[in-house]
Parts: sequence; structure tokens; C-alpha cells
Amino acid sequence: MSERHPVLTMTAISKIFPGVRALDGVDLRLFPGEVHALMGENGAGKSTLIKVLTGVYGTDSGTITLDGAEVSFSGPMQATAAGVSTVYQEVNLLPNLSVAENIYIGREPRRLGAVNWREMRRRAKDLLARIDLHIDVTELLGNYSLAVQQMVAIARAVDIRARVLILDEPTSSLDADEVAQLMRIMRQLRDDGIAIIFVTHFLDQVYAIADRITVLRNGRLVGEYLTSELPQIALVEKMIGKELDALERLDEATSGEDRAALESGTPLVAADGLGKSGSVAPFSLTIHQGEVVGLAGLLGSGRTEVARLFFGADRADTGRLAVDGTPVTIRNPVAAIDRDIAFCSENRRTEGLVGELSVRENIILAMQAARGWLRPLPRRRQDELVRHWITALSIRPADPEMPVRNLSGGNQQKVLLARWLITEPRLLILDEPTRGIDIGAKTEIQRLVAQLSDGGMAVLFISAELEEVLRLSHKVAVMRDRQLVTELTNDDTLDAARVMQVIASGSSQEGSVPA
Amino acid sequence: MSTVRARAAGVTGHRLFWPLVVLVLLLMANAIYRPSFLSVELKNGHLYGSLIDIVRLSAPLILVALGMSLVIATGGIDLSVGAVAAVAGAVACLYISEQPDQNSLGVVLTAVALGFGVALLLGAWNGILVAGIGIQPIIATLILMVAGRGLAQLIAEGQIITINSGPYKVIGVGHLLTLPFAIVIALAVTVLVAVLTRRTALGMIIESVGGNAEASRLAGIRSRRITFLVYVVSAACAAIAGFMMTANVSSADGNAVGLWVELDAILAVVIGGTALAGGRFYLGGTVVGALLIQTLTTSVYAMNIDPQTSLLFKAVVVIVVCLIQAPAFRARFRRRRSVPVTPVEPVGTEKEQVPA
Repeated sequence: MSERHPVLTMTAISKIFPGVRALDGVDLRLFPGEVHALMGENGAGKSTLIKVLTGVYGTDSGTITLDGAEVSFSGPMQATAAGVSTVYQEVNLLPNLSVAENIYIGREPRRLGAVNWREMRRRAKDLLARIDLHIDVTELLGNYSLAVQQMVAIARAVDIRARVLILDEPTSSLDADEVAQLMRIMRQLRDDGIAIIFVTHFLDQVYAIADRITVLRNGRLVGEYLTSELPQIALVEKMIGKELDALERLDEATSGEDRAALESGTPLVAADGLGKSGSVAPFSLTIHQGEVVGLAGLLGSGRTEVARLFFGADRADTGRLAVDGTPVTIRNPVAAIDRDIAFCSENRRTEGLVGELSVRENIILAMQAARGWLRPLPRRRQDELVRHWITALSIRPADPEMPVRNLSGGNQQKVLLARWLITEPRLLILDEPTRGIDIGAKTEIQRLVAQLSDGGMAVLFISAELEEVLRLSHKVAVMRDRQLVTELTNDDTLDAARVMQVIASGSSQEGSVPA
Repeated sequence: MSTVRARAAGVTGHRLFWPLVVLVLLLMANAIYRPSFLSVELKNGHLYGSLIDIVRLSAPLILVALGMSLVIATGGIDLSVGAVAAVAGAVACLYISEQPDQNSLGVVLTAVALGFGVALLLGAWNGILVAGIGIQPIIATLILMVAGRGLAQLIAEGQIITINSGPYKVIGVGHLLTLPFAIVIALAVTVLVAVLTRRTALGMIIESVGGNAEASRLAGIRSRRITFLVYVVSAACAAIAGFMMTANVSSADGNAVGLWVELDAILAVVIGGTALAGGRFYLGGTVVGALLIQTLTTSVYAMNIDPQTSLLFKAVVVIVVCLIQAPAFRARFRRRRSVPVTPVEPVGTEKEQVPA
């Protein structure tokens, strides 16, 4: 391998943002025909490195060479033209155009000056067929799933002679089958000699496909390794820079809980036949003080919809809700917040944070909203609270006045958590709080949930990761096809396989008659 | 050395640096053209001079632009401010014109209260259309922009209402503590809006709604109420501007009062650094923007620029200000200056135009 020449080298790259050294002398080598995983926690500098490479940011020092020639791209367009294409997690195509148009936009096949639509469709079809994607290329791109959109983006990148393909967390929103399909395409492209930079949080996927791994931590290069020579546990250690035994400790924290004591007394929140047509079928669920209720199920099974009904983000059209045994109507978030219910939504950027506002403003937002605009939280109190939570949740960079959009995903998640924790809720609804964030922050958040429930807070915990749900929850409600199919008590006998079986079969009893 | 440079970069990078530079340049150009331009004198206890005139004439625009800032901060826009100013002015003038004693202070106060009340109703109408029904702001306020002119005509029965009221005239051309009364009013409203938004949490909440309406709703903010409120505030500001404009000429012409002021106001807000997409807003910037626009208008007249080209002249200055203010434009400039090395070799022979 070493006798080959790298197609791309980045040498001693540094990038400084106001107050942050985002990259500090980072190197990266990329060989043709390899999948190279770029690993690191949130805020390690992966995104920044990619943006420097594609010319979104300039460098403060360091050089980039492509095929031995030094380059400096002024933007992604120029990078693409030179053969460096990027496919982002949020697909950067145009959902309101057809698949074929998306592939050939800006370089439409022409005849006599006019766009040759027939030729365009034919070529698009052929191109997609090469990666085994057989779809109607005249359909609007937005009508296809994210996975298909991503594959279209990849096909487009390949078609414009990409030699370096950057896949930035392409698998975050995909289900297992889609991931498998994507991996197959990646292997195919690799065998064609394309160099792929693969950014992901999923360790299994890295070990399934990557030839080589570069690890970053806090903007510095930790090292470059062959995947075959780096055990998983060693990789995790290199990423977070410390031994990781936190998960074991967490198990002790939740075990030994006295279930009987938890379930005695009036439930904090009780839904009875609550539902909304077109959203989620009527369900009943109780949550007691100090209890962590896990909501398991596949993507789109109605988990988020349940959470939104509890919080009043959507209005239920059937059923009843009681808080402390008193029937209540929760028409909107304000009403839910009045009853000490908090909701960290799944989409941090669209439904959680206000990117333009500072970390401080985002943290105090819910508390301030509850007080009303006429009673501003005194600045000193704000600073106190914000400083406390920045330290408590180790939000980095620890600058309360930084616009929150400049933070990495994990830190944004912590800001969102802090926003609700300062309101001291009695029920905290967490919708995928650990998705798309690194192991370190994930463990911190899991530990926090355990602590909060020990302190008496009720938590509704939604996650696609069954292990996580099982580790934290006292009981698990299983969703399937927008119905709550069953509740399982999380005792020693419950494991992921059992929950998965319920998700798959839709029933809790082996051999029971399906409804 | 480097700290000096850093500080200099901090100054030139400030939002208001370039608008202020252009403002100063314009004033200097005027001063060169007519040296007496900068002189301010005290006559009969009143300040007089071209500079004072500019501030006085910009007072209505400042008022309208302040309200517009808040509306734009929520991600909206209010095209109806000119029409609202016309209606408020017409209502006030009509009431005064029907009274036997037009010089009575009571009459003028009642007239102003009536005009103000009608303006608040119109603002509430906008607010209901936008926040309640969910019509796009540009369409919702376009309705009143057109209908408001008709309403003003209707109130005046198609006539220009002329009045002869000393106390009302004071709003436009009177003096208080050596300063023109209009300046005092504009100053007072500016301070009031600043206190209202920055001493309470209203400013942050408006920015939050404008930055991300859904996230704000899920954080427990009553976004609709806030949106409703800013349209009412905008109409209130427009009403005061309407009184000023009609008082200036002691008459109300439903077709002429506040004509196109909405466009100048939007421009002032944008020059001041508030993005049309909503979010952060800057009242100080808006005031500077309004002063800049008025200075421009005054300069065009004062320097005897051919009226046929005056609008074009105005447009050129505005484009220049907007361009040098735009981060993207400045960045392109800076990059060209500081990175002269590494010419980029496009590797592929074909160059695709790939839209981002």
C-alpha cells in the first residue's frame, strides 16, 4: 500500500475561529481506492477539516495537494470541478426538481442549444442503474426517501468525475437495509479507484467498510491507523482520550431501584386513549415520578408523535390526559410547560435551537418565555445559570455569547438540555437526545438522565438504539406502525432481542393471537 | 501593533462602520459644495441649520423604520406603513377641520388620539391577517397598502383637508428646548422602543421568533402574540409619522402622505444591519440608515442634481452601501487582497456551472 501515491494530502492544516482553535496542525492522507474513516467526537474538527478541504473555509496555515499539485479551493463548486465531491447528511440537492434534473443540473445534455430532455433521462437512468438504483428519474427528488436522495447525490458526484468522494454522516438517518445498500455502493466505487472519506458515528460501519482510520480529538490529529490493526475499544479510547467505563457505572445507577415504590401513588402523567388521527392511534401510558419510560420502535413508528401529544406540540383529538390525577387539556406547549413538562425535540436545528441567538439566550429561552417578556430574567441571574450549566454539562466552547449554530451537534444538544433543565421540569421528554453525537457526550447524557430520575424527575426517553433504551428505562413502551403495542417492564429478563421481537411481531406474548 | 490592527479590524468590521463612512462622506461633499452647510446657529432660542433640517426631515422615516425593524425581525414585512400614516393623518386633520376652534389644545389631542386609535386598529388588522390567519406578511400588508390609500381618500371625501391649527402644526415644525419638536418626538419614540425591547425580554423573544418560529413555539413562546404585537407597534409608529407629515404642511392628502415611505423604511432597516430574513435587529442601525437616506435626499436637492437623475443617484449610493456591508462581498475582497499565492489549477478540462 505504501508504494502508492496518495491522491490527496492535507499537511499541517490549522484553522482558527474567534476564540477556538478548530484545527491545529492536522494531516490527512487519502489513497485512491480506499475508504478512509474520519473519526472523532463532536467538536473534534471533522466537519471543519472537510470544509477546509472543499474550500468552504480558508486555511490559516497548511497545504492541500491533489495529485501532487498544491490546490486551494475557493468553494465547493471549484472543489467539485477538480474532482472532490461532498455528499452531506442533509442532502444538498433540490427536492423540487426531478431526479434527472438534479443529476445533470448545470451540465444538461444539449442539442442545438436546447436541453435534450430525452437524452438526460436516458443517461440518468443508466447512471443510476450502475449502482442498482432503479427509480423513475422524472419523479421529483423530494418524493424519494432520504436514502435514495443520498444515492442520487452520490451518483451525481461520481458522474462528474469525482476522484475524492466525501460522505459526511451519510448513514445517520438511514435504516439498516438502506445502510447496507449504501455500503454496497461505497465498495463498488472503491473498487473503481475512487477515494472515499467516510465520516460517521457508527463504529460498526467503520469496521465493516473502512480500510484506514484517521482520528481527531479537540482539533488535533491523534493518528492514522489501519482498521485491521486497531481494535474497536482502542479506537474509542483514542477518540475520547480516556478509559471508558462509564457505561458500566450507569447500569449500577439504575439497577436496584425499587419498582414498587416507584409505581405506588398517583402517576405524574397518565394518558388514557390519547390519540390524533393521521398521527398516532389512541394509546394509554402512565409515567410516575422518578420513572424513566423508554419508547422503542422503528423510525416512523409514532414515537415522536406520542411525545408531541404529551407536550401539546400537536393537539390530541381523542382521549384524556391527567397530570397528578387531575384531568387537563394540553392545547399547546405553553400549557405543557405550565404543568412542568419539557420536551427536547429530535430536530435540534429546526425545532430546538435558534441558531442565530447565543448559547446564553438559547438556554434561558424557555424560562424567559414562561415568565413572559415583561419580566426579564436579570442579567446577573442569567449569567449565573448559564455558567452553571455550561460547566455542569461541559458545553464547549464555554462561551455563553457564541451563536449556538457555531457549536457542534453534541454541544447543541447539551444547550437544548440545559434550556429545559433550568426550568426544573417534573417530566422531561427526550426525543433522540443522543442521535448524531459522539460517544463521550452520549455517555454524559445517559448518565445525566439516570441522575435526574434518581432525583425524582420523570423521563420519557425516545431512542432508536435499543441498548440505550434498555440501559436507562424502568419500563419500555413499544411502538409499531403508529400504535403503542405493549409495555414491557425492564427487569433482568428483558433484553434487546425480546424487544426487537415485539417490534417485529407486534405482540408481547409468544403465540398470542394477533389482533 | 497586532492589537492595534485587531482593533482597527474590529472597527471597520462593525455593522455600522460603512453606513457611517458614507454618511460622513455625503455630509462632507455637501460642506464642500456649500461651506455654510455644517453651520448650526441659535436664533430666537431655536437651533437652525442644514444638519438640523436633515434630522428634522428624517424624523418620520426614523419612526416608520423603527416599527419596520421589529416587523422585519420577526421575519415579516409591513408594506402598509405609508397608507397607515395617511389614514392617521387624515383622521386627525378631518376631526380638527370640523371643530369651531382649531387652535384648542383639547381638540388637537382628541384628534391625535382618534388617529392613533384608528392606526392601532389597522395594525391589529395586519396582525390578525399575518399571525391569526397565517397569510404571508408581504401579501397581508399589501392589502392594506392599497386599501389604506382608499380609506384615506374616503375619510377626506376625495379632497385635500386643509387645517389651520397652531397646536397641531407644532408636531411638524414646532420647537422644544431649542430643538425641532419632530426631533424630540423621534428621539423619544426611539428611546421608548429601545427600552421596550431591550430592557424587557421582548427584543430577544422577537429575535427568537424571527430566527426560528417553530423552535420558539416549542420553547413556550406565544409566537402569534408577538407577531401580532409588532404589527400593532409598526402601525403606531406610522401613525405618529403621519401626524408629523400632515402637520408639516397643515393638510392631509390621502394620496401623497407617506407615499413610498415603506420602501425607504425597509431600506433604512437593511442598511442598519437587520437581515430581511428576520432574527437579530439593530435599532441604532435603523436610525443611522434613516439619517443616511434623508441626507441623500437632501443632498440631491441641495446640490442641484438634475431631478431626472436624482433617483438614479440615490439608487447608486444605496447599492454601494449595501454591497460594502454585505459580508460575502467584503470577504471576496479580503480574500483577493490577502491570498495572492496558490493560483488554482482547475484539474478537469470541462467546467461545470454547479449551483450551490
